[in-house]
Parts: sequence; structure tokens; C-alpha cells
Amino acid sequence: MKFLATRLLLILGFCFFTLQANAVKIEFHTFENKQQEQLYLQLIAELRCVKCQNQNLAESNAELAKDMREKAYDMIIKGGSRQDVVKYMTDRYGNFVLYKPPFIAKTLLLWVGPAVFLILSLFFLIKLIKKQQKEPIEMLSDTDRDSVRELLNSKKD
Amino acid sequence: MNMKFTIPLIVFAALAGLMLFGLTNDPKLIPSPFVGKPAPQFTLPRLYKPEETVSVSDMKGKVWMFNLWASWCVSCRAEHKVVTRLSKKEKIPVIGLNYKDFGTEEYGNEALKWLEVLGNPYYAVVVDKDGMAGIDWGVVGVPETFVMDKKGIVRYKFTGPIYQKAADEILSPLIEKLRKEEG
Repeated sequence: MKFLATRLLLILGFCFFTLQANAVKIEFHTFENKQQEQLYLQLIAELRCVKCQNQNLAESNAELAKDMREKAYDMIIKGGSRQDVVKYMTDRYGNFVLYKPPFIAKTLLLWVGPAVFLILSLFFLIKLIKKQQKEPIEMLSDTDRDSVRELLNSKKD
Repeated sequence: MNMKFTIPLIVFAALAGLMLFGLTNDPKLIPSPFVGKPAPQFTLPRLYKPEETVSVSDMKGKVWMFNLWASWCVSCRAEHKVVTRLSKKEKIPVIGLNYKDFGTEEYGNEALKWLEVLGNPYYAVVVDKDGMAGIDWGVVGVPETFVMDKKGIVRYKFTGPIYQKAADEILSPLIEKLRKEEG
């Protein structure tokens, strides 16, 4: 029991350390109200850092991400809405800046692709199952059985 | 060959083709949504005369280039002689934007030193201390260069350091073409 407890502690400790290492230093901001803060947190999670492309603004500590966070904060604090900030960013960086791309012709495959693949694979799966039900697997004949037994019993290194 | 093998083979080939195509794309080249649109405005202090400002509207009626650089940026150093040569050859005004650099007195004079050593090809150098003008122009990473026509419309964006071949084959012909357009 004691051993387990030490182990658990160690694991927890390592988790804590890795969390520490990944934490990004983020600026301290004050907001006028809860909605503004919510909007800010939502936006920096949804906007992509264009410099370090696999991180959002909240996760990235690139200089550019910091500036983009600052810009978003600035717009929100001046009363900018969600659309205002998103429009400002997409006007400059295109839809690429959005982790949640809009539903347009160009992104159609992105949005409906997974559903289409799911339906297609379900369709083929059901077809396969039905086919197998119709054609039962051929039973082994007695001679087959004998040869299998022979194979299994034969001593071979 | 029966269908059992052909279909997976076709799927595999299509996927491989798609991935091969993906390899030829550079994810760092984000197409600028500005091309074809009016240049974003700015009014920024000049590096050499901080009490004076330069605005985008000052450039109306001219074909001009906008070059974002910083003294800490290594590839800016590489591109500098190409920009210098291009500006001399085409006699085009190039506004340099000193992006988040140490150009002002309180930060030291890295930008001024840089220009002193490498030469100053710029029509004017403006200072963007906090990077906000950079974001207004959709900067991803310096160096970046924009070409504007006489109406102040962005006509081209070059991401990364301009190399001589690009200057000769893309920028020079473009500048000459834009000059022939109506103002």
C-alpha cells in the first residue's frame, strides 16, 4: 500500500511539473464586466496564432500572439463585439486565422466530409454484414477436419 | 486483378497524390486578403524625425512599396541589398516600417545603427514600437513587402526576404506595369 502511495505521489508530481512547464505566461487584464472577459477568453481560444500555426492565441507565447491578444483585448474593452474582432482578424489574416472556419463553399468538405465518410462506411459495413448473413460460411468436411487434426498433432519444432 | 484490390489501390493512390500535393504547399505563406483592397492606414512617427509623422495617404498618386523590417531580423539583413538595388533601379519610393525594434532613444539605437552600416534605401522610415501597425497590415513575420498602385490599392504582397530573382522577375515588371496605369 505504501509503495502504491509513493508511486501515485510521484506520478502526480510529474503531472504538476509538466503542467508548470507548459503554462504560458499570459498578460494580466482587467475587464469592465464578466461578458467582456468571457468574450476575450473565448476569442483567444478560437483565434489561431499565425506565426506558430498549431496553437491558438491563448496557448502561444510568440510575440505576434501576444500582440494579437493585446489587439483583441483593446477592441473588446472599447466595446467591440465578437463580430468586430473576428472581422478585424479575418480581414487581415483571412479565414486561416479562425480555428472554427465559417461554413462556405471552400470549407464544405471540411464540415460535411466526416459525416459523409461515416455514412458511407456504415453503408458498406451493413452491406457486408447482410452479404455474410446470406452466404453462410462453408462447413468443414470430414477430410478437412482430419487433415487439420493431423497438422496440429504433428510434432514440429 | 479484381475489385477487392483495385478499390483500395485507387484510394491509396488518390491519398498519396493528395499528400504529395500538400508537401508542395508552404503553410507559412498565408495569402494576404489585402491584395486588391485599399492599403490599411497608418500615421506613424519617423525614425529620424520622431516629431514628424508619415501617413499612407501621403503616398497617393504614387506607385510605392512598403517594407517591414527590424534590426533583429536576420533575413531582413539578407534582403536589404536587394531592396536597395530595386529601389535604385526602379526609382520607387519605399517606406520602411521598423517593426518592434529599438529605434528610439529609450530603447537604444539599433535600427539607426543598422541603417548606418547597411545603407538607407528608404524614402521614409516609420516606427511601429508596439507592433499594432504591423497587425493592421496583417504581419506574420518580418520581412514582408507590399506594392501599392497609384490609387493606394495593395497589388502584391511578398512574404519573406525578397531575393534578386523575385525582384527582377516579379517586382520590377509589376512596378513598371502599375506605373502605366491611370492614377
